[in-house]
Amino acid sequence: MEANQTPEKEIFEVPCVKKLKCKILQIEETKYRTTFTTKFENRKKYVPVNPGKVISGLPGTIIDILVKPGKKVKQGQPLLIYEAMKMKNKVMSPIDGEVKVLNVKKGEVVCKGQVIAEIEG
Amino acid sequence: MAVNKKILELKKRREQVLLGGGEQAIQKQVAMGKLTARERILSILDKNSFNEYDLFVEHDARDFDMDKKILHGDGVVVGTGTIHKKPVCIFAQDFTVAGGSLGFMHSRKITKIMDHSLKMKMPLIGINDSGGARIQEGVNSLAGYGEIFFRNTLASGVIPQLSVILGPCAGGAVYSPALTDFVFVVDKISKMFITGPEVIKTVLGEEISMEDLGGAKVHSEITGNAHFFAESEEECFQQIKKLLSFLPWNNNEKAEKSKAKMPKKSYDITSIVPSDPRQPYDVRDLIKCIVDDSDFFEVQELWARNIVIGFGKIGGESVGFVCNQPLVLAGVLDVDSSDKAARFIRFCDAFNIPLITLVDLPGYLPGVDQEHAGVIRHGAKVLYAYSEATVPKITVIIRKAYGGGYIAMNSRHLRADFVFAWPGAEIAVMGPEGAANIIFRKEIMSAEDPEKMRKIKIREYKEKFANPYVAAARGYIDSVIEPAETRTLLQHAIEVSARKEIYLPKKKHGIPPF
Repeated sequence: MEANQTPEKEIFEVPCVKKLKCKILQIEETKYRTTFTTKFENRKKYVPVNPGKVISGLPGTIIDILVKPGKKVKQGQPLLIYEAMKMKNKVMSPIDGEVKVLNVKKGEVVCKGQVIAEIEG
Repeated sequence: MAVNKKILELKKRREQVLLGGGEQAIQKQVAMGKLTARERILSILDKNSFNEYDLFVEHDARDFDMDKKILHGDGVVVGTGTIHKKPVCIFAQDFTVAGGSLGFMHSRKITKIMDHSLKMKMPLIGINDSGGARIQEGVNSLAGYGEIFFRNTLASGVIPQLSVILGPCAGGAVYSPALTDFVFVVDKISKMFITGPEVIKTVLGEEISMEDLGGAKVHSEITGNAHFFAESEEECFQQIKKLLSFLPWNNNEKAEKSKAKMPKKSYDITSIVPSDPRQPYDVRDLIKCIVDDSDFFEVQELWARNIVIGFGKIGGESVGFVCNQPLVLAGVLDVDSSDKAARFIRFCDAFNIPLITLVDLPGYLPGVDQEHAGVIRHGAKVLYAYSEATVPKITVIIRKAYGGGYIAMNSRHLRADFVFAWPGAEIAVMGPEGAANIIFRKEIMSAEDPEKMRKIKIREYKEKFANPYVAAARGYIDSVIEPAETRTLLQHAIEVSARKEIYLPKKKHGIPPF
């Protein structure tokens, strides 16, 4: 194969390396034929974080809700209290804005990564 | 007569203690597919070389009915023996006695043998098979662990320390292996984790089996906590013996020189690397063309496979290899491969093992996940490790060496002693495609046919810069060599560097980007 020819097919069999199926990986401007690691293939695609989303970092129980939808809040203002890892944690508003959505009720059990509330800036 | 009676009593006592937790407990061990502590020790050591100490040590705890219990040897077997006819210290936790749990006297037996290995300057092999801290002994168990971890740290870099995980190794206990140099795991038998499945389920609601959480495969493929993976305990013992054949017995010695052997004829170094630089090959085939008897002992084979590390012999001398692997992720450097390489470089440097670096990488792995995972901080470890290493350092640039990757992979600037390059080497600040885009942007954009102009400029850049001669003209590499000359030149370079002695600026220690 000529040195400057861009490989066209996506998946190759490479005979000299025991018939492993290779894929294309682009580093800077160049496309390389190679195999991937499982970790690389399973990596989560980056999703930009919405600053107004309040996401639970730990599983826990909502003990007290201090605001209602429509209320104007300031950054750092407590929105609710939730118990996790035997501690009562205050959840603060990440930004100045208005409480758009409250997805939980008092007494509800939340899991990790759940969107508890959304603040619209 | 009285003496004979005493000897009989001794033999009777010994017999009792050697039974450990008793026949039933031994049967349980067998049922789990595991060997007993003493069986393991005897399999690893040279025949008839084992001397056991502290056989009659008893626990000193009295709370919670502990005074009513008999725990033979307090759950651990310690002693000395030989491997390859040279002395080693060894301990093996005895799962048949109180689940191998660690009480204070148990830890005293271990720390005693650790002290021996540090004083007498010989390798330490620790076989872990324990349920963890003995709760009844409370803080005394923790004290026991602390004393072990401290000694692991003190001995680090003085004597080789090997940890063999042949059962559970959970909670705090798992820090001892983490502090040692090499961790051996066996499929379905080794279990390592800080918080176990039960706790994880209660606190976080996540359900996972012990095997999936911290089994041998997990630590060999995902976490990088393990260095050698075996399918059976027997295979594991062979790996231990093989590893020790490449290592010196302490940091004041060099590894024993063996009889030099040529690489196997079936490995032809000229036929491995494809002419298209974007085609992969398995760098291990290259290594096998270089090492004695084509015998390459790979370390952490299943983790961060885009870099290959391991031991081999060249002309009978033990050497450590650090090589980019184009077959996986094009051989880039990333978080895990940087960690893998850096620690291995440090080990070889501590134990007077020359480092051979084979370079073929296009750069670092792009991606937000890499950047956010701290590839900057981790990548810096490789630079630090190479710079601080004072063992003979020899580099061969096989193909691509672009940008930061060129510098990091033991370049002249990090004080490599000898740097060779193959004729197809591309030593440049970046690949031709990327470079042409930047340097010739105006010409390309103003051309009638930009794509055609781009191709011309790429070829121009390639001919002028993506070759070893620009670096050779500056003396950054020592010579451009023919692939067939590689082994001979490496062997010569190692011989020449045998008496290398350099010193670093006086300091307590640096601050590596941990």
